[in-house]
Amino acid sequence: MTNTEPSLNEPQLSHATLPRGAQWLVGVAAVALGGLALVLGVGIVGAAVIALLGFLIGYPLWALLVENRRSATDKLVTGLVWTAFAVAVIPLIWLVYTVVSRGAATLSPEFLTYSMRSVTGDEQGGLYHALIGTLIVTGIAAVISIPIGIMTAIYLIEYGKGNRLAKTITFLVDVMTGIPSIVAGLFAFALFTLLVGPGTRFGFGGGIALSLLMIPTVVRSTEEMLKLVPDDLREAAYALGVPKWRTITKMVLPTAIGGIVTGVVLSISRVIGETAPLLVASGFNPNLNTSAFDDSPMMTVPVFIYTQLSEATAKGVEYAWGGALVLFILVMVLNLIARIVGTIFAPKTGR
Amino acid sequence: MSIQVKDASIFYGDFKAVEDVSMSIKPKSVTAFIGPSGCGKSTFLRTLNRMHEVIPGAYVEGKIQIAGQDIYGPNVDPVAVRRKVGMVFQRPNPFPTMSIYDNVLAGNKLNSKRIKKSEADSIVEGALRGANLWNEVKDRLGKPGMGLSGGQQQRLCIARAIAVQPEVLLMDEPCSALDPISTAAIEDLIHELKSDYTIVIVTHNMQQAARVSDDTGFFNLKAAGQPGHLVEFNPTKQMFTKPDNPDTEAYISGRFG
Ligand SMILES: Nc1ncnc2c1ncn2[C@@H]1O[C@H](COP(=O)(O)OP(=O)(O)O)[C@@H](O)[C@H]1O
Ligand SMILES: [Mg+2]
Repeated sequence: MTNTEPSLNEPQLSHATLPRGAQWLVGVAAVALGGLALVLGVGIVGAAVIALLGFLIGYPLWALLVENRRSATDKLVTGLVWTAFAVAVIPLIWLVYTVVSRGAATLSPEFLTYSMRSVTGDEQGGLYHALIGTLIVTGIAAVISIPIGIMTAIYLIEYGKGNRLAKTITFLVDVMTGIPSIVAGLFAFALFTLLVGPGTRFGFGGGIALSLLMIPTVVRSTEEMLKLVPDDLREAAYALGVPKWRTITKMVLPTAIGGIVTGVVLSISRVIGETAPLLVASGFNPNLNTSAFDDSPMMTVPVFIYTQLSEATAKGVEYAWGGALVLFILVMVLNLIARIVGTIFAPKTGR
Repeated sequence: MSIQVKDASIFYGDFKAVEDVSMSIKPKSVTAFIGPSGCGKSTFLRTLNRMHEVIPGAYVEGKIQIAGQDIYGPNVDPVAVRRKVGMVFQRPNPFPTMSIYDNVLAGNKLNSKRIKKSEADSIVEGALRGANLWNEVKDRLGKPGMGLSGGQQQRLCIARAIAVQPEVLLMDEPCSALDPISTAAIEDLIHELKSDYTIVIVTHNMQQAARVSDDTGFFNLKAAGQPGHLVEFNPTKQMFTKPDNPDTEAYISGRFG
């Protein structure tokens, strides 16, 4: 190292720096290196890796020579973080692109408004029956899970405060979070085999299966939101002579409602794409079935995708992608709703 | 309303935080509690409106009477006690989802009391005037309470507390998060409120205790890890000129650990 020793009396505050736009220079060089590798017959993936390594090594090395160690470390770690970010995001963008580009062709008014009733071979049909089924089954799951989940969370945060019952519930919720979704489906199927009769597959069964998956997420997200309400505010309400239950219903819940609704909507979008439990608990049906309590199967969008794909015909694959796009749009809409609701209900600072 | 405390010991589970406090607080006066951090001033203050027991495992021994009634008696509803004994906290804590107007009415709103609009308006105006805040906020009553400055928020909390018409007002270091100008505004307010309320205030600021209070109680710890206790309770004038206890004098004159 050719560092001049800074004298003790005059600490050196400035040092040599890389030219502006140095990262672009290194970037171009790294891309050129990758291009060279590509020409030399390394595959496209190999070339990308070489270009990336070239940048991740070259840029900090240059900084080490010109600037100092700290700056070099900074550049290395910054590079690694960006790489990790790209590795995480690229598949996501790719996935969205694939679903949209392959599904868009299938998406038509007919696809959305026809069922698969007496459709054979290459005749047209649609996923209307599955869409309605998904809305019904998910709706049932939501109606069951939201009250149970929110009230459980209220008990845990406001009343339980670490007593034995609360600890047991928390443990059970943790266990429920880890249930494989097909097990939830099998449970619902077995339950209704016992209660109704062997081989019962219907909409309500699917709703029960999904609610088993949904309750723990609702409990967890509501708990987090209730924890965010400061104890200061609870005490302020008590000090005004407000009983505890009114404090909870009229102050704590309204304060946390934005986050709670967001969490609930996200938990719905989490279960709306579940396939295995619905395959088991509500089954297949090419026809529209709007009655969740009749002992007859109810089709749902994920199961529709699965059946179309297993047809293994060109049309089946197309329809599967169309179904995937519909599911994707449903989830996006739910996420959008969650965001909007979150901002509407967020406590106002008014500054 | 006068407050009589006899041999109060205060616990957090197994931990005894305050030991054997007895005192007599005069109605329509200002009583200040001073003492080093951790000696149990807040803990003691919170037993006067049964806020202490909100903490799991916390309990009180001894006798505390307000206007002759034992507030820890077997048939006493803590919620009713808190309606008579209001509280202002160290950090201003307006309800973030409520406007200034609704914050002042929070005691009614949260209890779902139906009141006429005209009556509500007059409660809000009265309480905000009482808290010396009316002129600053009368044009933006619909705006969120969180949008006010720290000092204004604290006065909003005082307005909220007096809007439910308590008889006693407890204040736990109400100025410690505020700038000197807001502090002066609140001290003026305490002077005015004294004619209607019995006020008990915890303060870290000796000059403040001397300026606003009629009586002062000095709390101290016997030793680290020991419970806090009341060293001396006397009229403020006497306390700051010739205190009975040498520890009090040491603390007040700043010669203290
Ligand atoms: N929530 C609590 N749980 C357990 N101990 C507490 C709690 N709050 C305060 N204490 C203890 O009680 C003692 C008195 O605290 P506090 O009343 O806050 O003192 P001060 O207000 O005089 O500074 C301290 O030892 C403190 O650690
Ligand atoms: Mg304190």
